[in-house]
Amino acid sequence: MTSDTDPLVKIRGLRFFRGERAIFDGVDIDIPRGKITAIMGPSGSGKTTLLKLIGGQLRPQAGSVEVDGQNIHRLSRRALYRLRIRMGMLFQSGALLTDISVFDNVAYPLREHAPLPSSMIRKLVLLKLESVGLRGARGLMPSELSGGMARRVALARAMALDPMMIMYDEPFTGQDPISLGVLVQLIRALNDASRITSIIVSHDVQETAEIADYIYVISNGRVIDHGSPDAMLKSNAPWTRQFMHGLADGPVPFHYPAPGLEQDLLGT
Amino acid sequence: MVGAFIAAGLVALFFLSMKVSNLSTMSGGEGYPVDARFDNIGSLKVRSPVTMAGVRVGRVSDIGFDSETYEAVVTMSIDSRYDTIPDDTFAKILTAGLLGEQYIGLDPGGSEQYLKTGDQIQLTQSALVLEEIIGQFLFSKAEEGSNSE
Amino acid sequence: MLEQLARLGRVGIAILAHIGRGNILLFHILGGITDLATRPGLLIRQLYSVGVLSMLIISVSGTFVGMVLALQGHYTLSQFGAEQSLGVMVAASLVRELGPVVTALLFAGRAGSALTAEIGLMKATEQLSGLEMMAVDPIKRILTPRFLAGFISMPLLAGMFSALGILGGYFVGVGLLGVDDGAFWSQMQAKIDLHEDIYNGVIKSFVFGWVCTWIALFQGYEAVPTSEGVSRATTRTVVHSSLAVLGMDFILTALMFGG
Ligand SMILES: Nc1ncnc2c1ncn2[C@@H]1O[C@H](COP(=O)(O)OP(=O)(O)OP(=O)(O)O)[C@@H](O)[C@H]1O
Ligand SMILES: [Mg+2]
Repeated sequence: MTSDTDPLVKIRGLRFFRGERAIFDGVDIDIPRGKITAIMGPSGSGKTTLLKLIGGQLRPQAGSVEVDGQNIHRLSRRALYRLRIRMGMLFQSGALLTDISVFDNVAYPLREHAPLPSSMIRKLVLLKLESVGLRGARGLMPSELSGGMARRVALARAMALDPMMIMYDEPFTGQDPISLGVLVQLIRALNDASRITSIIVSHDVQETAEIADYIYVISNGRVIDHGSPDAMLKSNAPWTRQFMHGLADGPVPFHYPAPGLEQDLLGT
Repeated sequence: MVGAFIAAGLVALFFLSMKVSNLSTMSGGEGYPVDARFDNIGSLKVRSPVTMAGVRVGRVSDIGFDSETYEAVVTMSIDSRYDTIPDDTFAKILTAGLLGEQYIGLDPGGSEQYLKTGDQIQLTQSALVLEEIIGQFLFSKAEEGSNSE
Repeated sequence: MLEQLARLGRVGIAILAHIGRGNILLFHILGGITDLATRPGLLIRQLYSVGVLSMLIISVSGTFVGMVLALQGHYTLSQFGAEQSLGVMVAASLVRELGPVVTALLFAGRAGSALTAEIGLMKATEQLSGLEMMAVDPIKRILTPRFLAGFISMPLLAGMFSALGILGGYFVGVGLLGVDDGAFWSQMQAKIDLHEDIYNGVIKSFVFGWVCTWIALFQGYEAVPTSEGVSRATTRTVVHSSLAVLGMDFILTALMFGG
C-alpha cells in the first residue's frame, strides 16, 4: 500500500482546538521519507502541538494524521504503541527521567523494547552518548546537566532504538556554537546514513535553512508558506519575508495589541 | 532495607495477633457443646468465659431463647481436654467484681457419669441482677420494720 | 434562579466526570499489575520511598499516642478502681481505631503528598509524555508500582503503630504508673478478639491504603502542570485523603462493629 515515494507523514484538513481557540484550522502537510523537513513559525503558533498530534498524544477535532500509511488516531492503543517504537521524539524540555542517571535514561527504551544482553546495551548506549559528545557524562544525574546537555542526552535517547523518524522540538536553542555545529552535522548524518526521516521544529532561521530540505511556515492555525529553503529565503511574500529575515515591520505585528505608547506613558 | 521494613511490619502484626489478642488463650483443639437453661442470664454474652475453680475451661458459644418455657438456653463449648466433668455439675452465672463482666462458673458434682457432647446441665442458678437484690433487701428491711412495731 | 440551577448542574457534572476519570485511572493502574510481576525492582524501590521512609514518623507517633492513651486512661479508670483494664483500653483504642486512622492521616501527609508532587512534577516536566513517546505506558510503569506499594505499606505501618503504641502504653502504665504487669496483658488478651478487632483493623488499613494512594496518584496525574498546579494538587491530596479516611472509618466501623 505504501511505497517509497509516498510521504511518511500525511496530514490532511487538520483542525485542533484548545477550548474555544483554534490552534490549527485546516492544515495540510506532507513529510517526505528520508528528508529533513522543518516546521517553522512564531512562538505559540502550535509547533509543539503539531508534533504531539503526529505522535498521537493529542486528538484532533477533525482531519487525519497518517504515519507510514496508518491513521494515528484510529489505531488501537497497542498498535499505536508499536508504531511509537519506530518514532523518536526530542522534547523541547528534554523530558529526561530525573530519578535515574544519564546512562540509564539512554538505556531506558532499549531495556523496555529490545531484549538485549546488558553488555550489548552498554555498548549501544555509549555509542549514542559518544555521538552527542556526552560519553563522559554518563554517570551524572539529569539535575546535574545544563539545559543544552540535557537536550543532547534526550537526543541520544531518541536515537537509541534507531527509529524510522525523529521529531526534534527546538534542537538548537541553548547550544553553544560548537555543539550547535556538531548537532547540525549529527542530524544531517543521521539522515544521510540511515535515511531517517526528520521533522525539525524551530524558529532559528539560519540553522534550519542550512540543513532542511523543505520548510513549512505556520502561523495563526494555517500553513502560510512552504518550499525549499532557498525559495523561502528569496520569497517576496510579505509574511515569509518578515519571518525569514526577522523584520519588526510587516504583516505580523510584533506588539500585542495595545493603546499608543505615548498615551500609556503619559497616562490619560 | 525494604526487607527489614516488611519484616518489621509482619512482626508487628504477629505481635498483635499473638500477644495482644485472644489467639493465645483460645484452646488449640475443638470443644464439645453442653447446654444449660437459665431463668435469667443477666448480661452474659457469646464468648463469655466458662470457668471451673477459677480456671477457664470453655466459652459461651451460643445463647438462645425457648419461647415455650421462657428460659434462656446457653450453649457452652467446653475444651475437649476437660472431658471428666460430672453430669450433675452445677452451673451458675457469676459476676467478676461488683460491676465486672458476667461469666459461667461450674461447681462439680459427685456423679460418676461425665458430661458428653450435647448433654444438658440440669442444675443452674441465674444471674444476680443488682436491682432485684436491692429490691429484696429493701423489702425485707421494710418487713422487719413493720414486724418490730 | 434558572441560572443558579444551571450552575449547580455544571458543578454536579464536573464532579461526576472527576469521579469517572478517577475510576478509569484506577482501572488502568490495576491493569498494570500483571506487568509488574516481571519487574519486582520497581515495586521494591517504591516500597522503600513509600514504606521505609514513613517508618520513623509512624513509629514515633505510635509510641507517643500509646503513652498518652495510658496516662489519660489511667486517670479515668482509676476513678472507678479499674486500672487493671488499662491494657484493654489502650489496645482496643489502638487496634480498632487509632492505629489505622492516625496511620492513614500521617501517611497522607508524609507519603501521599510526596507521591502527588512527584507525579505532578513528572507531568509538568513532560517526563510522562516522554515515556509515552518511547512507547512506554507511564501509568503501568510509574503509577502501578506506587499504588501497590501504598496498598501494601499501609497495613504494615498501621501494625507497627499499634504494636509500638501498646508497648508505649505498657511502659507508662506498668513502668511508671504501677499497673500490675500480669493484669495488663491478661485482661488485654481476654478482651481483644483476633477476628473482631485485629482482622477488622487490618481490613481498615487495606481500605485506607487503597484510597489514600489512589487519591494521591489521581491528584498528581490530573494536576495542572505548573508549580502552582502541583502545589494545589498536593494540598488537595492531604485534604481529600483525610476526609475520605475519616468518612470511610465511620462507615467501616458502623459495618464492622455496629451490627
Ligand atoms: N495544555 C494547554 N492548554 C491550553 N492551551 C495550550 C496548552 N498547551 C499549549 N497551549 C496553547 O497552544 C498554543 C500552541 O502551543 P505550542 O506549545 O504548540 O507552541 P509552540 O509553537 O511550540 O511555541 P514555542 O515555539 O514557544 O515552543 C499556545 O498558544 C498555547 O497557549
Ligand atoms: Mg514549542
